[in-house]
Amino acid sequence: MKVTMETVEHTAKLARLKFTEEEKTAFLGAMNDVLNYAELLNELDTENIEPTSHPVPLKNALREDKVWDYTLSREDVLKNAPAEESGGFKVPKIIES
Amino acid sequence: MEFQKQTIRQLSEMLQKKELTAKELTAETLKNIKEKEKDIDAFLTICEEEALQEAKKVDQAFDTYASPLKGIPMALKDNMVTKDIRTTCASKILENFIPPYDGTMAARLKERGAVLTGKLNLDEFAMGSRTEYSAMKPTKNPYDLTRTPGGSSGGSAAAVASGEIPYALGSDTGGSIRQPASYCGVVGLKPTYVRVSRYGLVAFASSLDQIGPITRSVEDAALVLNEIAGYDPMDSTSVNCSVPDYTKALTGDIKGLKVALPKEYFGEELHPGVKEEILKAVGYLEKLGAKVEEVSLPHTKYGIAAYYIIAPAEASSNLARYDGVRYGVRAKEYKDLIDLYEASRSEGFGEEVKRRIMLGTFALSSGYYDAYYLKAQKVRTLIKEDFAKVFADYDVIVGPTAPATAGKLFQAAKDPMEDYLLDVYTVPANMAGVPGISVPIGFSENMPVGLQIFGRHFDEETVLKTAFAVEQEVCFDTTKGARR
Repeated sequence: MKVTMETVEHTAKLARLKFTEEEKTAFLGAMNDVLNYAELLNELDTENIEPTSHPVPLKNALREDKVWDYTLSREDVLKNAPAEESGGFKVPKIIES
Repeated sequence: MEFQKQTIRQLSEMLQKKELTAKELTAETLKNIKEKEKDIDAFLTICEEEALQEAKKVDQAFDTYASPLKGIPMALKDNMVTKDIRTTCASKILENFIPPYDGTMAARLKERGAVLTGKLNLDEFAMGSRTEYSAMKPTKNPYDLTRTPGGSSGGSAAAVASGEIPYALGSDTGGSIRQPASYCGVVGLKPTYVRVSRYGLVAFASSLDQIGPITRSVEDAALVLNEIAGYDPMDSTSVNCSVPDYTKALTGDIKGLKVALPKEYFGEELHPGVKEEILKAVGYLEKLGAKVEEVSLPHTKYGIAAYYIIAPAEASSNLARYDGVRYGVRAKEYKDLIDLYEASRSEGFGEEVKRRIMLGTFALSSGYYDAYYLKAQKVRTLIKEDFAKVFADYDVIVGPTAPATAGKLFQAAKDPMEDYLLDVYTVPANMAGVPGISVPIGFSENMPVGLQIFGRHFDEETVLKTAFAVEQEVCFDTTKGARR
């Protein structure tokens, strides 16, 4: 058992998810199944192995420092917004008055 | 004329000879799609009016430029962004999302006069291998409607196999093009990592994701790759190296080709009926003059364990953007901003997506990063080195695409880990970034079997050449699934 109920709750908070008690129990089981299986990796000595972040070597991709003509209009950007006001995305109040 | 059995090459010739107009072909295709969808459920959106209009435009300017894709109907997996056409990733959280721009795939194909007929079903955010984790509906295998088409590009594979469209694009993060292609008896190509632009592909695991074609022939896969491969300034990870004419590699001549047969791909998990077909195909390679030898990819058995840490970790980060603020579905009731995020995400994501987000968030969280994520990335280096060692001496690696043929619908293992293990033969190519193709070679208990061929980085030519040679020998009828 790698993961406890407290870890599930903490992880859910980090992931901005919320669960019922029943769901928490299910996720606890599923996470432990995968993490127990991942124990297999500890058979390997990786002390001096470099981690791979991309499989094909990538160099810094630099481009000229100029504005592209490719840009979305404010109207297009806001088209899918669940709520908008005065040309911006609208969210509940976050500053205490 | 049964357009539903024609390849891109055949249709393109008919269009060029003016035996057929793009509009006629598109109208007939849409009619056929509607008929077949009663059984198959491959499409999430059908763009009837847009397709007919596009076809009309193509007809009007038919002689102004040349592309073999011109006037040919196709469809995109619904994780590829299409301007003014709903793009859902088969998720409730994006069910109302109408993108204000075209991704590079949609844009490039449009430029070449390809006719978009619709958007295809997938496992939610491409996470799954049965297309059952779609929040919209399950797709059926054209060979047997009680079976899964595989996944996550199950809609793409089923649409091509059933004769709805001649080709589709899918995406492959751990096998999601190759495995459904194998299950549905069609050709599925995952190009080298970063060979094809991913601008406008909704990100799942960015160090693994790659777009590729699903087609009815190897030649068609080469034709489509010709058009979609290459550098894209909108994707800073895409590489600026030349794109050959892949069709030139399709000579049928593989004399002297050095073929590696990894013994780890023939373990006890491999179904005997599948194994028999694979060995038959290997026999054809030998008959054609290839030199086949057994090799070892010793870290194969660690692939799944490393993958199911790395892919969820990257997914948890990529899917953080769905928060009900800028686009997508917002929960109706919430107390404050944090609650808005939590409620929108919890209502919008399905179970499998949440499982992966949880797993990935945990693997990246303080105190566990080294033990899980970093460890998995180090093991990934070992897997990559396995391939590099074999490719120092061999031109291609050949084996089965999947351990078994398509299973029954709604019989996913109760323990998700059991299903994850079925990705054992496809995941390593994503881990190593090498190209891989699944080409149909036969049947086991009436369901299609796919042969998988891996090549060196950016050597899709040899992969396609080998696949073509096998295809010519086995004479698999990829239109068989279109019979019903």
